[in-house]
Amino acid sequence: MSPITTLHYLVVAAALFVLGVIGVLTRRNVVIVLMSVELILNAVNLNLVAFSRIWGLHGQVFAIFVITDAAAEAAVGLGILIAFFRNKETVNVDEVDLLKW
Amino acid sequence: MEQPVATTFFFYLLSGLAILSGVLVITRKSPVQAALALILTLLCLAGLYLMLYAPFVAGVQIILYVGGIMVLFLFVIMLVNLERSQREKQFNQQWIAGVLAAVVLGALFISIYTKGKALLLRPVVEFPEAENTQKIGQMLYSNYMFPFEIASLLLLVAIIGAVVMAKKRI
Repeated sequence: MSPITTLHYLVVAAALFVLGVIGVLTRRNVVIVLMSVELILNAVNLNLVAFSRIWGLHGQVFAIFVITDAAAEAAVGLGILIAFFRNKETVNVDEVDLLKW
Repeated sequence: MEQPVATTFFFYLLSGLAILSGVLVITRKSPVQAALALILTLLCLAGLYLMLYAPFVAGVQIILYVGGIMVLFLFVIMLVNLERSQREKQFNQQWIAGVLAAVVLGALFISIYTKGKALLLRPVVEFPEAENTQKIGQMLYSNYMFPFEIASLLLLVAIIGAVVMAKKRI
């Protein structure tokens, strides 16, 4: 069997990234949209860690920053979701159109 | 580089599971099932980080993502979960945009990976796994001192923001 190279990991990361993008674009439930964003961030993290094997530890440090950012994003996003749910009794993104037009 | 025999097997097992549960995340009707599938994806990614000789990132992934962020998600799902919302339509009308984005991004990735193959196949640098955490700590406090402090500020802002958003009356 051929050895596993960096390219293999990058392909997995690309697949996860595309899945996340599809989820963000097509789902209506806000919670699942936020989960798809987490999927995208994790794909990026896998890229960073895979590259860190070639170019040194900087990628791993940056992956930790990305995880910090994901935690902040999840906290604020879910806070907004709770505030929105209290006002409109719905969790669908396409009904969040107060600022549209 | 000489690599253990089982590496290939574990790579395909973990990445296959990760992608499969990633598909489940974006197709499941119930947000709880989607969250559980996402947890499986995150655990598989932690395994892949271990295979890439990044034990510290793998630990942070499990503690922070699976133990922190996903618990937050599950709590919020319990707070806002509606029986009604599961009977509604789960996908919006933008599936054309979704398919388009998938095709364009896929083509982009494929072209990048075929063109940059020479760059990606550079030899792997060996890092002593035992010193990984130590090295990352030193890096965080020397090269990345300023971003590290900014990250703490970001977390403070996120805490205040989340409380302000979710509280009924300030």
